[in-house]
Amino acid sequence: MTEEPRPYTLVAELTYRCPLRCVYCSNPLDFTRHADALRTDDWLRVFREAEALGVVQLNLTGGEPLLRDDLERLVEGARGLDLYTNLITSGIPLTRERLERLKSLGLDNVQVSIQDVTAAGSERIAGHRSFERKLEVARWVKALGLPLTVNVVLHRENLDHVAKIIELAESLAADRLELANTQYLGWALSNRRMLLPTREQLDAAREVARQARRRLRGRMEVLFVTPDYYADFPKACMDGWGRRFLVVSPEGLVLPCHAAHTLPGLTFDNVRDRPLGDIWRESPAFGAFRGEAWMPEPCRSCERRTVDFGGCRCQAYHLTGDAAATDPACSLAPAHGLIEAARAEALTPEAGVIYRAAHAADSA
Amino acid sequence: MSEPRAITAESRPIVAAKARLRWDARSSRHLLLYPERGLILNPTAADVVQLCTGEHTVESIVDTLAAKYAPQPRDTVEREVLTFLAQMADRGLIRHRDD
Repeated sequence: MTEEPRPYTLVAELTYRCPLRCVYCSNPLDFTRHADALRTDDWLRVFREAEALGVVQLNLTGGEPLLRDDLERLVEGARGLDLYTNLITSGIPLTRERLERLKSLGLDNVQVSIQDVTAAGSERIAGHRSFERKLEVARWVKALGLPLTVNVVLHRENLDHVAKIIELAESLAADRLELANTQYLGWALSNRRMLLPTREQLDAAREVARQARRRLRGRMEVLFVTPDYYADFPKACMDGWGRRFLVVSPEGLVLPCHAAHTLPGLTFDNVRDRPLGDIWRESPAFGAFRGEAWMPEPCRSCERRTVDFGGCRCQAYHLTGDAAATDPACSLAPAHGLIEAARAEALTPEAGVIYRAAHAADSA
Repeated sequence: MSEPRAITAESRPIVAAKARLRWDARSSRHLLLYPERGLILNPTAADVVQLCTGEHTVESIVDTLAAKYAPQPRDTVEREVLTFLAQMADRGLIRHRDD
């Protein structure tokens, strides 16, 4: 690959704080030890440097980005740079007035997460009473003329509700529905026995989504992200390491994906110490899995190496202990047996769940 | 939500609320950005999208482009514009002004 990598998307994780405690949260397990170290001016500089590198899409996320008091200034600054600005939120805590202000400052899109189609189902996953409030926020988004994305993370307990989820998204007049199967990292890996669906559940839900996509074409985009535990080949995680995405964590670490700092042996630079462009182009951590030189067999000689880029480095590490291994989700991977064993386990799940810890004083 | 109507010569197309056009200095192209994605537009496509303001009919957009890209036959331009707009409408990026 000789093409100069250009980041198109900046994922700005403004804080790891969140009122929800979802059992599949993708924030690191030790997130309470990461402070919100970046101030408003730091973030605005990160946006400018990202735009100069080629970024055109900005995801304001977390944790819950609404917990930042300076969100208005960040949205205003992003719009001043002509970035397409997407607020990825639980919708809590938000008032209609604040949403209106964010819109007037140039917010382009709002993505609201919904956990299930009933209050009880949602709150079991989120560990927080939030369902009715989320629906209200979604209605405000549309009433103010903003585009709405509804995001639902799928797993064993809600996969059978996909038809109802689609109905709910239609009733909210969502412009885009993301049906995203759980990625088994972080809290989701801890809760895998509870969350991993069976193949039958997955196949049925995928078919429902396929039909809805056809029926709703031109009105609502329906995205169905297959879990790689049931795919023959791994996902092109982040479209390849250090290829299209930049993630900046609440403390200012610049990452190729939101979980990369869970990999040992890599040192990630901080935007407070070095310009973003230098980090993107020159840092050893971004170079570590860029291109093909790092690849082991069977990736190195595989014709899919430019399609899936060897899959997910974090999944490789957390399942095999080696971040440079072929992603075990690949049916050709030496460690694929780990995935087969997890699938067998899905047929005999256990009932217990581990909620993401609350952030405040009760955390270690 | 009702079924979107097909785009015809009489339609007045408008860029959907979720999409935004911006110039990209690096590629010297216009980008049409929408949630999580973007399309790199060639110059003709960018001309069409810039005219999708809800004021112009497809017919008048075709006239404008046919004049700009003469001596391309108007029929060819019309066919290409309608095909492009149909694809964009399928993606929910262009809609009828009145829908």
